[in-house]
Amino acid sequence: MVKPLVIRGGRLIDPHNRVNAIRDLILRDGRVAEVSEKAPAIEGARVVDATGRWVLPGLIDLHVHLREPGEEGKETILTGSRAAVAGGFTAVVAMPNTRPVNDNRLVTRYILGRAKEAGLCDVFPAGAISKGLKGEEMAEIGELAAAGCRCITDDGMPVMNAGLLRRVFLYARAFNLPVMLHEEDLNLSVHGAITEGVRATRLGLMPIPGSAEVSMVARDLAIAEETKARVHLAHLSCEGSVRFLREAKRRGVNVTAEATPHHFTLTDAAVEGYDTHAKMNPPLRQMEDLKAIRDALADGTIDAIATDHAPHGVLDKDVEFDKASNGIVGLETALPLALEMVQQGVLSRERVVELLTIGPAKAFGLPGGHLGAGAPANVTVVDPEAKWTVNARSFFSKGRNTPFQGRSVTGKVTHTIVGGRVVFEEGRVAENLE
Amino acid sequence: MRVPRTTRNPHLLGIEGLDRSFIDALLALAGEHKRATASGVPRTPLAGRVVANLFFESSTRTRTSFEIAAKTMGAEVLNWTTSGSSVSKGEGLIDTARNVDAIGPAAIVIRHGSSGAAQLISRYVRCSVINAGDGAHEHPSQALLDAFTLQERLGTLKGKHVLIAGDILHSRVARSNIHCLGLLGASVLVSGPPTLIPKDVEALGCKVATNFREAVGMADAVMMLRVQAERQADPAFPSAREYAAHWGLNGALALQMKDGAVVLHPGPVNWGVELSPEVAEGVRSTILEQVANGVAIRMAILETFAW
Repeated sequence: MVKPLVIRGGRLIDPHNRVNAIRDLILRDGRVAEVSEKAPAIEGARVVDATGRWVLPGLIDLHVHLREPGEEGKETILTGSRAAVAGGFTAVVAMPNTRPVNDNRLVTRYILGRAKEAGLCDVFPAGAISKGLKGEEMAEIGELAAAGCRCITDDGMPVMNAGLLRRVFLYARAFNLPVMLHEEDLNLSVHGAITEGVRATRLGLMPIPGSAEVSMVARDLAIAEETKARVHLAHLSCEGSVRFLREAKRRGVNVTAEATPHHFTLTDAAVEGYDTHAKMNPPLRQMEDLKAIRDALADGTIDAIATDHAPHGVLDKDVEFDKASNGIVGLETALPLALEMVQQGVLSRERVVELLTIGPAKAFGLPGGHLGAGAPANVTVVDPEAKWTVNARSFFSKGRNTPFQGRSVTGKVTHTIVGGRVVFEEGRVAENLE
Repeated sequence: MRVPRTTRNPHLLGIEGLDRSFIDALLALAGEHKRATASGVPRTPLAGRVVANLFFESSTRTRTSFEIAAKTMGAEVLNWTTSGSSVSKGEGLIDTARNVDAIGPAAIVIRHGSSGAAQLISRYVRCSVINAGDGAHEHPSQALLDAFTLQERLGTLKGKHVLIAGDILHSRVARSNIHCLGLLGASVLVSGPPTLIPKDVEALGCKVATNFREAVGMADAVMMLRVQAERQADPAFPSAREYAAHWGLNGALALQMKDGAVVLHPGPVNWGVELSPEVAEGVRSTILEQVANGVAIRMAILETFAW
C-alpha cells in the first residue's frame, strides 16, 4: 500500500473544478481524498512541500509513439514512460503503428502488459482503424475495444478510402470509441518534404501544400456530421483546417482536435540548413498557420495539446533531408513550450492546463484530468519560475531528435505522481519497485 | 590572381549567400585560366593535390568538366560513382563522405539527388566541399559558367533580360542562375507550365512571365531547361507534344528574338521538346561554348576551394 501523500502549499490549478488558489491536497489509496486550504497533519504520510509551485492534474498526452513492439532501438514502453513522467505526463495514448501493428488484441495486451511492468504512468493503447494500417479492411474494432484500446486510428497514414472511413465512423459508434484521424491526402502530399512556400522553393525541397490536410479535414467533417461519429483530428497544422473545424463545432459535429507544441511554436523557418530535426508530418507550416493554431487553442476550437512524440535514432535523422524520417520527440519539452504561450499572453495559464489535462481526458473519455475529491491521484507539480536549457542528451527518451536543443525555457516539472505514488522527483524517475 | 576563400565560405555549396565581388573574382580567374589554356601553357596550381569526384547521380558534362579542370591544373582525380561502390552495400552518404575525406583529398566535388546533400557532408568532412548539383537546390558551377558565357556574348549582364524557361520546380540550374544573374545586375524572368513554377519563386529575385512567347521576344538571353522526364511520375503536363507547342523554343519562335539575343541550355537536350535542333545549331546557341567555358570555371572554382 502506498503511504498517504500530502501536497502542501502549492497553487492548485484545476480548470475542471474552477480552482486556481493555494490549496493542500491529500492523496490516499490512489485517489484524491481531500482538497482544502489547510490539510491536517497525517501520521505516516509523506509530505511534498509545493510552496511557490503549481499543482496540476496529471498531464495527459493523446498522441505518442512508444515504438514497442518492434522498434525498441528507438524507444520502449519503459523509456517512453520515463520520458512521459519526466515531462509531467501521467497518461499517454500509444499509437498503433508498431511492428506488428496494434490491430488485434494480442498486441493490445502486450502493450498493456509492458506498461504495467514499467509501472510509471497510464498507457492507453490506440488500436488500428484498418488491418495493418493499410487502409483496406476494417480491423476488428470490437475486439480492440474489449482488449482495452481507448481510440482507433491509422495515425502515420490517412484513411484515403472515404467509403471505408464512413463505415468505420458508423461501426465504431457501437463501441463508443473516438476515431482519431491523421489528415493527409497522399495524392497532394506525394513526394513532399516541407510545407509549400518560399522556403521549399529556395531550398529545392518538394512542397506539401496545406490543402493536403485541409481538404481531408473538410471531407471527414462532412462524413462525421452525417454519421454522428465521434471524431478526433490529430496534429492540426493549417489555418484552413481550423476554419473548417470551428464551423463544424458550431454545427454541433461531435469532433475534438489536438495541436502539437511544434506546430504552435515553430514555422518552416526551423528547416533552414536542412535541419532534419524540423522534418515532421504534417510539416511545420507558416506564421499565419501558427497564429491560427494558437487562436484555436485559445478559443476552444482545439481541445488538447498532444506531443506526437516520435523518437528516431541517429541513423534515421543524420541523412539527406528528403530521406530522413518524420517526427520529433516531445514528451519532455511539451509543458515549457506550452507555457511560452502564457508568458507571451496568448493563453491564460488555466487554459494551458485545461489543454493538457481535462481537454484530452474528455476527448477520449479517459480517467483523470482533474483533482476533485475521488479523482485518480495523478498530479503534476511544476516550478513555474525554473529556467532551464533543453539538452537532448539528458532526455529519458531514447530519442534525441528535437528541434528545441539549446532552447532556454521556463517551467520545470518537479514531481509527477501517479496513483498517489511519486514516480518522478527533482530530475529522477522512480524505479519500479512494486 | 587568387580569389580569397574566406572562413565564411570554405565550401562552395551554392550561389545564394555569395557576394558580388566574390563572383566577379571567380569569373575573372576563369578568364585567366581560359586564356592560359588557350595559349598552350595552362597554370598548374593544384600539383600534388587530390580532388575527389563523388557522383551519386549520373552526369557527363559536369563530372568530366571537373575532372579535366583538376587534371589540367596538376591534381590527381579520384572518381567515385555509386555503381561498384559501398553504396550498393548500403553505406550512407555521411559514411561515404567521411571515408573519402579520410583518403585526404583537398576537395570533394559532390553531385547528389537530394537537396542539401552538399551542405550535409560539409558538416562531417575536413576538406572543402564543392556542390556539383544537389537535388533541386543549387548547381553553382553551372550558374557561373552560364554567367561567364553570357558576359562573353553580351558584354555585361547589367540591365539585360534573361528568361529561364521550363521545369523551374525541379531545377537546381534555375535556382543558382536566378541568384547569380540577379547579383550580376540582370533582370530574370521565369516561365513554364504553371505546374512547374514553384510557389513564391518571385521571392528569389525573379518575375514570372505567364506568356512564354512574349517573354522570348523581350529577352536578351533565353535559357531553356531540360524537361526532366525522370521526375514526371505525376505528370505536370499532358504530353511532350503539347509541351513543345507551348513552352518549346523552335525555329519559328526564335525568329522573334531580339538581335544578338542568345539561347542557352545546360544539357542534355530533349530534342524537339524544349528545344528544336535548328535553334541549337543556330548562331544564337551558346550550348557548346557553355561546355567549353565550364572547364575554365571549374578550374577557377578548384583553384579557389581545393586547398
